Amino acid sequence: MLSPAPMSPARRRFLTDTARMAGGCAVAGLGLAYLVTDARALPAEALRPPGALPEGDFLAACIRCGLCVRDCPYNTLSLAELGFDGPATGTPFFTARDVPCEMCDDIPCIAACPTGALDPALTNIDDARIGTAVLVDQENCLNFLGLRCDVCYRVCPVIDEAISLELSHNDRSGHHAIFAPTVHADKCTGCGVCEKSCVLPEAAIKVLPVRLARGAAGEHYLKGWEEKDAKGAPLVEGIIDLPDRLPGPGTDNLAAPGGFEPAFKLPGASQ
Amino acid sequence: MSTKTKLPTGQEAVAAKGWLGAHKWLILRRFSQSSFLFLFLMGPWLGIWWVTGTLAGSRTFGVLPLTDPFVLLQSMVAGHWPELTAIIGAGIVLAVYALVGGRVYCSWVCPINPVTDAAHWLHDRLGLPKGWQPKRSTRLWILGTVLVVTALTGAIAWEVVNPITMLHRGLVFGMGFAWALVGAVFLFDVVVARHGWCGHLCPVGAFYSLVGRKSLLRISASGRAACDDCMDCFAVCPENQVISPALRGKSGETPLILSPDCTNCGRCIDVCSVDVFAFTHRFDNHVKDTELVADKAA
Ligand code: SF4
Ligand code: SF4
Ligand code: SF4
Ligand code: SF4
Repeated sequence: MLSPAPMSPARRRFLTDTARMAGGCAVAGLGLAYLVTDARALPAEALRPPGALPEGDFLAACIRCGLCVRDCPYNTLSLAELGFDGPATGTPFFTARDVPCEMCDDIPCIAACPTGALDPALTNIDDARIGTAVLVDQENCLNFLGLRCDVCYRVCPVIDEAISLELSHNDRSGHHAIFAPTVHADKCTGCGVCEKSCVLPEAAIKVLPVRLARGAAGEHYLKGWEEKDAKGAPLVEGIIDLPDRLPGPGTDNLAAPGGFEPAFKLPGASQ
Repeated sequence: MSTKTKLPTGQEAVAAKGWLGAHKWLILRRFSQSSFLFLFLMGPWLGIWWVTGTLAGSRTFGVLPLTDPFVLLQSMVAGHWPELTAIIGAGIVLAVYALVGGRVYCSWVCPINPVTDAAHWLHDRLGLPKGWQPKRSTRLWILGTVLVVTALTGAIAWEVVNPITMLHRGLVFGMGFAWALVGAVFLFDVVVARHGWCGHLCPVGAFYSLVGRKSLLRISASGRAACDDCMDCFAVCPENQVISPALRGKSGETPLILSPDCTNCGRCIDVCSVDVFAFTHRFDNHVKDTELVADKAA
């Protein structure tokens, strides 16, 4: 058998060296890629400064210089230290329950950011969406128990817009109102002042990342009543609007005394 | 070789030039390293905010922005176009290092350098073997790998493990577990590989060496004719592969150390008892006359 021309030792060596180096780099690269991907898991209680790009973009943009941290007049921000389960090493964040964001009018943190990881397009702090406050524990919230704590409502920098007190009947006492603190996500900046101020040992209202705080309606969902109002007429022409059946005597609503059996029963709909 | 070789490294230079003379550049370098660190610490320690930020990005006297160009490059590769401030900051840093030598960052600024220098000192003291010595080009491969990982993950990759910024940030902001990483680098250099981190692996040094390929400030072995082969410069140089071409050059060959691996630390100048080396610029090919004399005599 004809053997191919033998490779010169120098060439062979060059090829094996290169292959070895490339292999080593592939292994190291995979390890690094794992760490980088792992660093994406931002804990729910770690909030980014106002104007921070979405987490994925933020980790491409933030050089971890700490200038935002230094320029925050309330010492709200800190840089994540190397550790387990924290935000990506060296990136700025705050924990609302420790020090919330005071929503500075001139937004010094954004002004300090050299890279645009904090987006300079955010010029009105009321437009910040750091997260969304959620009254996570109605069972412990003093207002939901029928008391008038109101603290989260009163401290909110966007009071009556981001958070309001919604009245309802207090069934327990029978003759009082419940003033339910209610967050309106379209106005809540996620500053965390409410969470910081909650008088309970563990806050009943918490700022969560928007992804956790909010659901999302299907893009094709329409609200019939809104559509109807917009159109000023029923959506389907010529539809007969039957009178609503109210409970009460003379109707077939059995729940009300004096009701009568319907004329026919749907098959299988016994009891 | 002469019996002088057996003398501990640098002893001759101390005898010839005095201790100060034989440590001039080392002292200046340590002064520079601590000054850079101190500038950043003045804010948090003394409330004097001349310099704010970290090595990755800073603001001096409220106006001058400086940005680590390697971090910014990764940011761009990851798909983010930075604001002008960061770009100007990186431009200034690049311009300076392109002029004075990219790896001047390594020996005059980088906070890891004292750590690896200490590791080397201990390594020497213990008389340990060289250990694992991968090719010098390994760091370029790692540099490439970092950029590939950055591109693929869309996140600044090296900052996840970079011991330099972690140590610096740790000192200026708060350490966390960063000390463990720095300790690992130290141990690696002592036990696993002599000059392992800075000399073979660190992609930041590799990046800066590329920046300083054509730098103006260079070391020249202009007095090479006087060289008595004591080998002390080879012993102290962290990148001693760069010395031979200059020091052992035939007449007509440049005495300049042109390798971008040279960190312009100046230890070779310090340690040479007959003052072979000196700082100069890259167009200065001058070789001291003694060489001509020596050549003729030969
Ligand atoms: S808006 Fe003000 S308080 Fe909030 S993080 Fe920025 S600088 Fe700090
Ligand atoms: S986080 Fe709380 S205090 Fe801040 S805007 Fe939202 S509701 Fe108001
Ligand atoms: S401060 Fe806390 S307990 Fe009081 S109303 Fe607000 S959430 Fe409820
Ligand atoms: S040649 Fe001299 S200046 Fe250059 S790295 Fe070596 S010891 Fe430092």
